[in-house]
Amino acid sequence: MRAAVIVFPGSNCDTDTHHALSHVMGVPTDLVWHATPSLDGYDLVVLPGGFSYGDYLRTGAMAAQARVMRAVREAADRGVPVLGICNGFQILLEAGLLPGAMLPNACVEFRCEWVHVRVETRRTPFTEATDVGRVLRMPIAHGEGNYVADHETLDALHDNDQVVWRYSDAAGRRTAGANPNGSVGDIAGICNARGNVVGLMPHPERCSETALGGTDGRLLWESVLARVAA
Amino acid sequence: MSGLPQIYTAHVFVRLKPGVNDPQGATVADGLRDLGFDGIRDVRVGKIVDVELVAPDAATARDRLQSMCEQLLTNPVIEEYELELIEPQPLKLSDTAW
Repeated sequence: MRAAVIVFPGSNCDTDTHHALSHVMGVPTDLVWHATPSLDGYDLVVLPGGFSYGDYLRTGAMAAQARVMRAVREAADRGVPVLGICNGFQILLEAGLLPGAMLPNACVEFRCEWVHVRVETRRTPFTEATDVGRVLRMPIAHGEGNYVADHETLDALHDNDQVVWRYSDAAGRRTAGANPNGSVGDIAGICNARGNVVGLMPHPERCSETALGGTDGRLLWESVLARVAA
Repeated sequence: MSGLPQIYTAHVFVRLKPGVNDPQGATVADGLRDLGFDGIRDVRVGKIVDVELVAPDAATARDRLQSMCEQLLTNPVIEEYELELIEPQPLKLSDTAW
């Protein structure tokens, strides 16, 4: 088992993610530079949060053109679990590895706080070891998490069970106040049709040990590690 | 002068598609109302990308610019664009690196 955390110019959660995987979860993990042409040999690929290329043009737009993204696409095609966190999610959208797009938060504020999300499906490697309806408490920190997609795409997401997490309150109820950014359908994370490419706005790497105020992020790592080991 | 490469300047106007929510535009609209401007119905914020490129003719320049828009300059999920191609100026020897 070996994990890759991709580093773009402007990534700023790369070392946190590396720490969570390597030191907390005990997984051999490499920081992989964006110019790397191949991800052969990796069993897990994570695109971390941050402000790649200063969010120039559109969030994630420049990083989506990086050389490593061809390798990410190839890994995804091989069935390797790929996780995009926050800016990583935005990059996967811009690269077309996930459907839809991001707009600035409806409240026009950068939201940096703890939120709750409800697990909507167990079909991804990152939710397989948890239960549908389980509520996770994780931090967010973003200005553009307002997920949008056209009706056709949203219908396909629902029909194919591709909505992975929705914002909720602590009891798992979808309330108006629970959605921090105005995303359609309270969507916090989605997956591709195959289920192995997953993006979410909350930061599991920031809640993977007690010292950080929460451990629900561990559930994602434990789940994908179990999948890879199986 | 046909056959000689020319410098084309293009203005690419990028806008959010109609119906796509624009939190930035809504905030600017509120700001204008706060300044006392009456009658503000809606404000939408877009961007202009100016591109200078060397191409053999206008059709080629337009083709390349359309590809640029589709591959990087816009996100077709939420944005649309208009291209404005400016009359070219002949390429002068002093414009080249060789």
